[in-house]
Formats: sequence, structure tokens, C-alpha cells
Amino acid sequence: MADAVLRTERLTKHFGGLAAVNDVSLEFFTDQIHAVIGPNGAGKTTLASLLSGDLTCTSGRIFLDGEDIAGLSADRISQRGVGRSYQKTNIFLPFTVFENCRLAAQSRLPSSMRFTRPALRYDNVSQQALRALEEVGLEHRAQVTAATLSHGEQRQLEIAMTLATRPRILLLDEPLAGMGSEESARMVELLRSLKQAHAVLLVEHDMDAVFALADRLTVMVNGSVLESGFPELIRASAAVQEAYLGTEEGAA
Amino acid sequence: MDANTFLIQVLNGIQYGLLLFLVASGLTLILGIMGIINLAHGSFYMVGAYLAFSLSQHFGSLWLAMAGGVVLAVAIGLLLEWLLISRLYHRDHLYQVLLTYGLILMFEELRSVVFGDDVHGVAVPALLQTSIPLTETLSYPVYRLWMSAVCIALAIGMYLLIQKTRLGMMIRAGSTNREMVQSLGINIDLLYRLVFALGVALAAFAGMIAAPVASVFPGMGNQVLIVCFVVVVIGGIGSVKGAMLAAILIGLVDSFGKVLTLEVGGVRFLPELSGMMIYVLMAVVLLARPEGLFGKRG
Amino acid sequence: MRKVRVATIVLLGCLLALALLPLVAEKYYIQLFTKMMLMAIFAMSLDLLVGYTGLVSLGHAAFFGLAGYTLAFAAPQYEAANLWLSLPLAMAGSGLLALVIGALVLRTSGIYFIMVTLAFAQMVFFVFHDTKIGGGADGIYVYAKPVATIAGWEPFTLENHTHFYFVVLVLLVLVYAMLRMLLASLFGRVIVGIRVNEQRMRSLGYRTFRYKLVCFVIAGALAGMAGYFAAAQFGFVSPDTLGWHQSGGVLMMVILGGMGTLNGAILGAFAMMLLELGFQGLPVVGGVNIGKHWQLLMGGFIVCAVLLLPHGLLGLGRLASGWRRRPGGAADG
Repeated sequence: MADAVLRTERLTKHFGGLAAVNDVSLEFFTDQIHAVIGPNGAGKTTLASLLSGDLTCTSGRIFLDGEDIAGLSADRISQRGVGRSYQKTNIFLPFTVFENCRLAAQSRLPSSMRFTRPALRYDNVSQQALRALEEVGLEHRAQVTAATLSHGEQRQLEIAMTLATRPRILLLDEPLAGMGSEESARMVELLRSLKQAHAVLLVEHDMDAVFALADRLTVMVNGSVLESGFPELIRASAAVQEAYLGTEEGAA
Repeated sequence: MDANTFLIQVLNGIQYGLLLFLVASGLTLILGIMGIINLAHGSFYMVGAYLAFSLSQHFGSLWLAMAGGVVLAVAIGLLLEWLLISRLYHRDHLYQVLLTYGLILMFEELRSVVFGDDVHGVAVPALLQTSIPLTETLSYPVYRLWMSAVCIALAIGMYLLIQKTRLGMMIRAGSTNREMVQSLGINIDLLYRLVFALGVALAAFAGMIAAPVASVFPGMGNQVLIVCFVVVVIGGIGSVKGAMLAAILIGLVDSFGKVLTLEVGGVRFLPELSGMMIYVLMAVVLLARPEGLFGKRG
Repeated sequence: MRKVRVATIVLLGCLLALALLPLVAEKYYIQLFTKMMLMAIFAMSLDLLVGYTGLVSLGHAAFFGLAGYTLAFAAPQYEAANLWLSLPLAMAGSGLLALVIGALVLRTSGIYFIMVTLAFAQMVFFVFHDTKIGGGADGIYVYAKPVATIAGWEPFTLENHTHFYFVVLVLLVLVYAMLRMLLASLFGRVIVGIRVNEQRMRSLGYRTFRYKLVCFVIAGALAGMAGYFAAAQFGFVSPDTLGWHQSGGVLMMVILGGMGTLNGAILGAFAMMLLELGFQGLPVVGGVNIGKHWQLLMGGFIVCAVLLLPHGLLGLGRLASGWRRRPGGAADG
């Protein structure tokens, strides 16, 4: 098996006296969806934030292609090929759908310190943006203002923006949050198609989606990893059932 | 510099710092708890000073003037909060800046209309006109010591209020979660009004007690405001502890800056550019800790 | 597209009116409008920061005033400076100051940013007020307007108020066009993105600090351009030119007109100055010289404007014609 694209080593994050993420060591490989599940407050989003550089870890290491990226700023990590979508929709509401993606794609240019040529004349950037929109199925809504999109479409745009930066690893934080069954089904298909050429960290509460998609599964409770491995084995594990899956019916 | 001068500067610096703290604490409270940036805060300092001037002439006593002045200043503050400030809570800081800037213009012009543009002096109350001998050759004005004592007393009072009373608890809660406090049945509007009134009262009172020492002149409000901004930036928004530390620091830097001589490469930086020293200090803090010494990160 | 056409027509109409003004107006009005156009340039430079990047600077006058002082220093005693040398010098000086101040203040954000920009501008004020560098509190005179001689040829003379007017008008158009181009460029899109959601921009891989700093410098240099000509026109610079009344006034212009639109900045500048004149010209009523205390009315106006006009004058216009307000930079594909 090829080396892990992203690997954490004893990753820990303290908020005051509380360990939101505690001694987490995980691996993420290309062509693989690695789902992370757990009850609310288990530290899943914190983990995603640590990997994307939105938060700095208290201790531990993060290796991207063998390079230790812990402590790097979010922009530097993004430039190294890590793309993140957010649990709470984090798009540019006043801009059009197209502009949202175009801005994301523009970030891959060597430099945006260009003051004369109109941004829209950078065809590569525009193409990349359109391609990302096509991948998620939003190209027909390109000229619509993002604020007027439906919730599901906004989640799609979140993903499109991340894709437009052509990352090698995708950190997806609850992409299905708040979606109806039809939208969810579409999103699951999209996520499945993303597996190719990407390593995917998928934080999710929707168990159907998780078991339909995950190649690897990690269960987190109170910031620590309870179990990690093949989904079918974890599903059958008594400890996990007791800690989480048993009460899954009531979970968000 | 000899020991006497050193001692005087230390005392002066601390006294100035404590006065600054009084004004700045009001600013940082309003900023930290209500999230309002009030440019007109300095104007209340000026209002206090001018009230001290006119009322002491009227009553013949600075003590009565102070009592009446504080009441008047608080009344003005409450009125302003009710009419105008309360409409700013949900607005961008930009609009708060603008509206309070407009208030500054109005205050300044009203002052000009009512009191004119001259510089005025206020007499030190007879009771405190003496000087205490500190060393064989040195005496220090009692009034200045009294000022420092009052500031310290008020600082302790504020600490007790905020940390030890129910009201203080509500104030602290209101700063972190406005909606929650409201849903607990506490009247957040009233709470904010009280905090604002407290801030105004502190500023006005500071102006009153400073009047005999610093005199009363146009532009005094703006001058103190900007220094208070520096105090808040260095100390950290919302931190009364930070404001105290920063204020004393600035007081000392300002005080020593005026008497020291510093020449670098043939250019005399001190005492000519002593006014700049506090900004240099602010720049240094910004480089090291942009959120201030006791401010919250991010 | 209809909206854009109407706006363009209005703009061109105004441009035409401005171009024709000197033919019909007296010297006083020509000079007045020259001043208004300079304030419009000043306001646009601040709009770039406030309206488009979301950086509320309360110290923008530092760059405006510094350029005036640079002109005064560049002019030999009682003689005129050369425009082609002193103007770039003044703009570079203001830009450099913006670079230094920006590198420090951009480490903060939100309320802190507002306060530190004010504080640093105040520091610059003190340098000129408390030292002998620029004549201290008394200020310094610019005895002769800069000459525009280049290789022996003098295309225009600033001593002639009509020439001065047209030079400023051309600059106004150039600056407007340049800013429009800037905002449509890659850089401009980043700037606008920063204002809408800076954290997302960073997570998309942009080094936002750099872009904000460059923007700060550009705004500073443009403010310097306005300040240079303002000093040339007025013939005098004092520390008040850098003071915070100046900073507050120009901020008001940007907000009043409608920030994040550029057109709003121009509108705001003209409106504020006309308002100031209007207030100053008020008669004596009941023994009280209202005109002398115009700042009271101005302050009251500002307070009312903030409470009643959330989007400035342009917002009012849009409301009237039923347009939805688009914040600066919404791209239309």
C-alpha cells in the first residue's frame, strides 16, 4: 500500500483544561474515504480544524506527504493541497455561485498581485471554476447569488469551492448536514465520485451515508479514538455499539 | 537625574496613570461588555472638567461641584444611551464610530457656545491645598496624593462590584452572552444603561478631579480619548486589570519622557518627542501581542 | 445591465457638467469645485479601504497631510517646486508611511484596528505639532504653486485657477478609472473577498495580510495625491491637516455617500462640502450666530444620517427606484 497522504501522530488540542482532541493518530490514503463519527462534542470538527490549520494543536504532529505541517497557517496548508469544507456553510454570500468558485480557483495562481488585467479574463481560472461546479452539479445555477441558494445547494457550493482548489486531500465536515433525503442521496453519489484521486476525511452523523461510503471508519468519543478500522468490524464491535451506535437513533 | 526628581516623576507618573485608568476603565468596560466603541467618551471627561469649573464658581466649593457634576453627567449619559447609543448595539462598529464622532462635534460646539474657548483654571479645594514633605528638601502636593488615593479607592470599588456582587455577575454574563442573560429574565437594556452610566460617571469624575491640576481647555476631551485608546489597546479590550497596568505604564513613560534627554545620532528624541513615546510603546506591544497584554486571543 | 447603463449615463452627465463648469462659473466656484474634487479623490482612496476591504481607518488623514508637508519641504524657500518631481515624491512618502503604519496596524482587526489607526495618526500629528520640523503648531506655507515645467515646456500653470481645476478634474477621472480597473483585477477580487469572509479566504490559500497591506499602501498614496494638491491650492499646511477631524470628516464622506461603491465616495465628498458651506452660511438668528457654530449642525446631521440612512445617500436613491442594494464587489459573471 502506498504511503498515507496525511497522517497524524498523537495529535492533541487543549482548550483550557479540556482536551478536545486527545492523542489521535490516524492515517488517510488516496482513493479512500475515511469517515470519522462520534457523538456531539467528540472532537470531530476540532480534528478537521487542526488538520486544515484553522486551529493550532497543543501537541502532536501532522504529516502531509511526510512533511510536518503542524503549526503552519491555514493558507499555507491549503496551498500544500489540503481542502476543507465547513460544517457551518462558509461561502461568500453576496457573490454569485460562479464567483465563489472562481475566487477559490484563483487561489491556485502563483500570485494574485495583478492589478490591471480583469480577473474574468483569466480563462484557466474560470474553466477550473466551471469544472468544479459541474462536478457537484451546480453549473446551471452559476449566475445566481449564493445567498439565494437552497441549503442543499449551498452545501454543494461548499464542496465545489473546495474542489476548485484542486486539493489532494478533502476534509469534509458534515457535508450532509440539514439535507433532505433526495439531496442527501445526490450528495452521497457526489462524495463517492470524489474518492478518485483524492484522500477523503468525512465527518458525518448520517449513518446510512457513512456505511455506504466509508472504506475506513474511526469512532471518536470525548476527543479520543475509541476504535478505528474496517467499517463492518467496527459496526459489530460491542464497545462502539454501547458508546455510540446504540444511541444513534437519537443523535442529530 | 537625582533621587528627588526621580521620586517626583514616579509619583506624577502614577498619579497620571491612575487618572487615565479611571477614564480608560469606563471605555474598556463599555467596549468589552456592550461592544460599543464610544468616541465621545473623552467628551464626558471634558464635560466633567467644565462642570467642575462652572459649578465650583456657582457653589463656591469644588466638593459641591463634584457632587452635582457627577449627577448631571450621569443624567446626560443616561439620556444619550436611551436616545442614541441603544440604537447602535446591532450596528457595525463603523456606524458607532461615526455616530459618536458626530456627538464629539456637537459636544465641542456646545462647549464653545456655553463656555467659550478660553482656558480656565479651577482652584484646589482649601482643605487639600497643602504639601506634604517627603524628604528633607522635597514636598509633594497633597491634592495629587488625594487624587491617586481616590482613583485607587474607585478601582477597588469597581473590582468588588464586578467580581463580588450580583450586579457584577450579570454584567460579566451580559458581556459573553446577551441573549442568554435576556432569557433569564434580566433586563439587558437596563443593565447596559447602567454600565454606560457607570462609564460616563467615571470619565466625568476623572475630569472633575483633574481640573485643578490639568486645567480646563478645549480639546482636552479628544486628547485624553486617544491616550485612553492606547491604554485599551495595550491592556486588552474588556480587561480592567489590563487597563490598570497599561495606564500606570503609560503614566510613567509619559512622565519620565518629559524629563529625560535622549539623543541618538545627533537627533534629540527626548524630551522633544516625549508625546510620541506612548505610541512607540503601543507599537511594541502590537508587534508582540496584537490582542493586548490581557486581551483575548483571536 | 440596465442599472449599469443608467449609472454610466449619470456619471458621464456629471463629468460633462464638471468639464463645462469653468465656462460659466466665477473664480470662487471654480476653486470651490476644485477643492471638492480633491476631497472626492481623498474619499475614494478611503473607500478602497473601508468599503471594499472592510478596513475602517480613523487615521487616513495622516497620509493626506504628510503629502502637503512634503510639498512644502520640496519647495525651495519662496520658490516653486517642480510638479513632476515633487508629486511622485509626495505620493511615495505617503505610501511609505502607509507601509510602515500598515505593517503594524494590520496585525489587529475589528475595534482594535480602528483605535490603532487613530492612535498612529495622532502620533504623526504630534511629530508635526510638537517639533520644529514643519513649523510646529503654526504650520508652514506653500508660497508658490508647483510648476509643471518639463524640458523647458510648460503645458499648464497651476497659478491659473482654471488650469488647476482641469488638472484636478483629469486626476479625478484617472483615479476613478484606475480604481475601477483595480477592483476588477485579480487583486481587487481578493480584496473584496477579504471583506466578505477573510477567514475563508485564508483557508482557500490566500495570504490575506499581504493583500491588505498593499491595499493600505495604495490608499495611502492616493490620499497623498489629494493632500498634495490640497496644500498647493490652499497654500498652507498645518498639523490639523493630518488631524483626526480631517480623518473623521473624510470617513463621514465615504459613509454618507454610500460606501463600497466609489460613486458614493464622490457623492459624499460633494455633499458634505456643500453641507458644510450651507451650515456656515446660515444667518444670525435671535442674536446667535448659527453659522459660526456650524459644527453643531454638522454633528447633529451626522448623528441623524447614521440613524436614518443605513446605506448612505446612494442607498436612498436605490430605495427610491426599487433597486436592491449590492455591496461593493458583487461580481456579475
